[in-house]
Amino acid sequence: MPNTIPNKERIKLPRQHMPERDALTRARNFEEVNLGFDPALANVEALRCLACAKPSCTRGCPVQVDVKQFVARIIEGDYLGAAAVIRRDNALPAITGRVCPQEEQCEGDCLIVKSKKDSVAIGHLERFVADYERATGKVGIPEIAPPTGKRVAIVGSGPAGLSAAGDLVQKGHAVRVFEALHELGGVLVYGIPEFRLPKEIVRQEVDVLRKMGVEFETNVVVGKTVTLDELLGEEGYDAIFVATGAGLPQFLGVPGEHLNGVYSANEFLTRINLMRAYRFPEYDQPVYDCRDKDVVVIGGGNTAMDAVRTALRLGARRAMLVYRRGEEEMPARREEIKHAKEEGVELCMLTNPIEMIGDQRGWLTGIRCVKMELGEPGADGRRRPVAVPGSEHVIEASLAVVAVGTSANPLIQSTAPDLKTNRKNYIEADPETMRTSKKGVFAGGDIVTGSATVILAMGAGRKAARAIDQYLRE
Amino acid sequence: MFPIIATAQLGPGVKQFEITAPRIARKQLAGQFVILRLDENGERIPLTIKGSDPSRGTITLVVQAVGKTTAQMSGLEAGDAILDVVGPLGKPSEVERYGTVIVIGGGVGTAIALPTATALRDAGNRVFSILGARTKDLLILENEVRAVSDQLFVMTDDGSYGHQGLVTDKLRQLIQLPIDFVLAIGPVPMMRAVADVTRERKIKTVVSLNSIMVDGTGMCGGCRVHADGDTKFACIDGPEFDAHTVDFQVLAQRNAMYRAQEQEAFAKWKEQHA
Ligand SMILES: Cc1cc2nc3c(=O)[nH]c(=O)nc-3n(C[C@H](O)[C@H](O)[C@H](O)COP(=O)(O)OP(=O)(O)OC[C@H]3O[C@@H](n4cnc5c(N)ncnc54)[C@H](O)[C@@H]3O)c2cc1C
Ligand code: FES
Repeated sequence: MPNTIPNKERIKLPRQHMPERDALTRARNFEEVNLGFDPALANVEALRCLACAKPSCTRGCPVQVDVKQFVARIIEGDYLGAAAVIRRDNALPAITGRVCPQEEQCEGDCLIVKSKKDSVAIGHLERFVADYERATGKVGIPEIAPPTGKRVAIVGSGPAGLSAAGDLVQKGHAVRVFEALHELGGVLVYGIPEFRLPKEIVRQEVDVLRKMGVEFETNVVVGKTVTLDELLGEEGYDAIFVATGAGLPQFLGVPGEHLNGVYSANEFLTRINLMRAYRFPEYDQPVYDCRDKDVVVIGGGNTAMDAVRTALRLGARRAMLVYRRGEEEMPARREEIKHAKEEGVELCMLTNPIEMIGDQRGWLTGIRCVKMELGEPGADGRRRPVAVPGSEHVIEASLAVVAVGTSANPLIQSTAPDLKTNRKNYIEADPETMRTSKKGVFAGGDIVTGSATVILAMGAGRKAARAIDQYLRE
Repeated sequence: MFPIIATAQLGPGVKQFEITAPRIARKQLAGQFVILRLDENGERIPLTIKGSDPSRGTITLVVQAVGKTTAQMSGLEAGDAILDVVGPLGKPSEVERYGTVIVIGGGVGTAIALPTATALRDAGNRVFSILGARTKDLLILENEVRAVSDQLFVMTDDGSYGHQGLVTDKLRQLIQLPIDFVLAIGPVPMMRAVADVTRERKIKTVVSLNSIMVDGTGMCGGCRVHADGDTKFACIDGPEFDAHTVDFQVLAQRNAMYRAQEQEAFAKWKEQHA
């Protein structure tokens, strides 16, 4: 049934709210915060779409999902059809529907925003159809082309690696994914917490790939356990896709960062998500006992939000976010900031740590900070924070989590000198062909771009798959 | 799964495992380690590789039962298997022809020092080895170390075997001779004491740091140490560092980070396995 509501009426329809778990209850457990639309909510929300002649939402999407088409299918009640439309461009809709920064992409470009109204909730709709598809158990296993006899090795099982694997196996190539950790999914399993992205969803996506014929080998650190040359040589691979992510955590470089109770966000989140330390001693890996402690997380991105909300869930008395710019400037998804505030996270904006202070036994007791104000725009166009003289103060805390970004993991590059890297040790790859300086080796995702987003990594994986397929047929 | 094909009890609470891990066996060099996880609920712990046999596709690990995971592992036998083993991680030992070298092993550190001692001997060095233990029964791998040493000295705290005293007592005597290189692997206080002794004489000294690790690939930074005048990640920049640049205070302090939880987990485990 087509949408018969006139456009000027559609614009008046309010954006439907995502049902959520109660803020104070959810802040103490790891259950998913968003509960998802039901068909009724999805239908009402879908009716708000103006079905523009030239949809700007699709242009705003890094992988150009045909939003107008999939929303139209929702209005028709054809949810599986809607999912199929998304899957043409996006292999992981249940994941991106949950973690994409939609407000900067499809939803940010939605025409309704220009009329000062809330955009269509495209992310929530995407999640709805993807979850519907999963619940019916009808996740379509695409047709697999006859075997080509070619073999592709994929290094890293994050969104870039997984999506490349799916596309390449469909084209009839034999695909094996090598992963350093014991679990598959990259940041999706070790970084993003259960309350935002249930691990079961990642596991299901991996299972679909397995059913399609992708092979996985965990506990292999390429560069250490086996080198690229060995994969291309004695192991007989015809091409390699390197998708190892931007795993190396950065620290602040302030005095006292070695104190007990100071973590990188990667370590804190890995202990919780990958190793399930929140269930210690049922699980053996320990993590700092946050119960009734004051916790400070430093940073303003998604990683910082995940860490600070995790600290709350571990029982922290106060969970504070220290960020040197203002709330408007925080790169985190808007929804995460809203959720964090509802749950009781305290935002200490325009604040910059200059020293970690400890007791005699080497345990953190507080963080010396200065207040900041925003000055002239810097080279990146963002206004640079500058310290306010005489504004030094100490925030008492016994746990600090540093979430100020990551850089390139050097393990592969250090054993493949013919793999060209840039100044910051990221791998150089052609943005179109994804080729590196090493023959038969392609690269994409965070290891090329620096930390970016799930959807960009996934898009890079798909592009690489096309390029590798072409290369193998040359 | 990584099957255990043989085990041997080296001393009280110290057990050796031969484990099938063909990829690791092919690549392992002296000084490198693995990270393993025993089962689904297990933690990831680093263990230095004592040796490997690429033709059999096996690696050898030596484990001292000091906590829950190591005690649980010590209960495993040939026919059992370990869920996850990843490696070889870390930089291999820098083995050169230095001239005359001293290799010092304390406790299970001896098992870790052995492959590097062998490599140093094979590189044409004259190798003096000093092994330290609290008491005779706790001494491990004496014959294997003797076989790769020009001379072996054993020190026990209680004098029940070898000479009575600390490894540094013997070290002080030996450095009266011209010594070109010292490798010390063992408990933190021992490595710190060795570094203090050789510092005055500016003898190049290397230690292997047993910091707390999670992934072992440079991803978490939990293993960070102060060395070479900077913050380093022991899993990718080490585990071996110039002893004279290591801040042992920070190492000891960080290694105590989870002491309370470790004790809790170990106590619970002992209760269940009493
Ligand atoms: C806490 C956190 C929250 C985030 N939240 C969001 C969000 O809400 N929305 C969003 O869009 N993005 C988010 N991001 C960013 C997003 O997760 C990444 O951009 C994306 O995962 C990058 O994908 P990738 O495939 O390039 O690499 P990764 O996901 O990093 O995967 C790389 C994989 O390669 C493995 N590997 C590394 N080296 C080797 C080697 N030598 N051999 C074998 N395997 C290796 C790693 O173990 C890892 O599993 C977040 C990131 C973090 C850390
Ligand atoms: S163990 Fe995680 S970075 Fe070294």
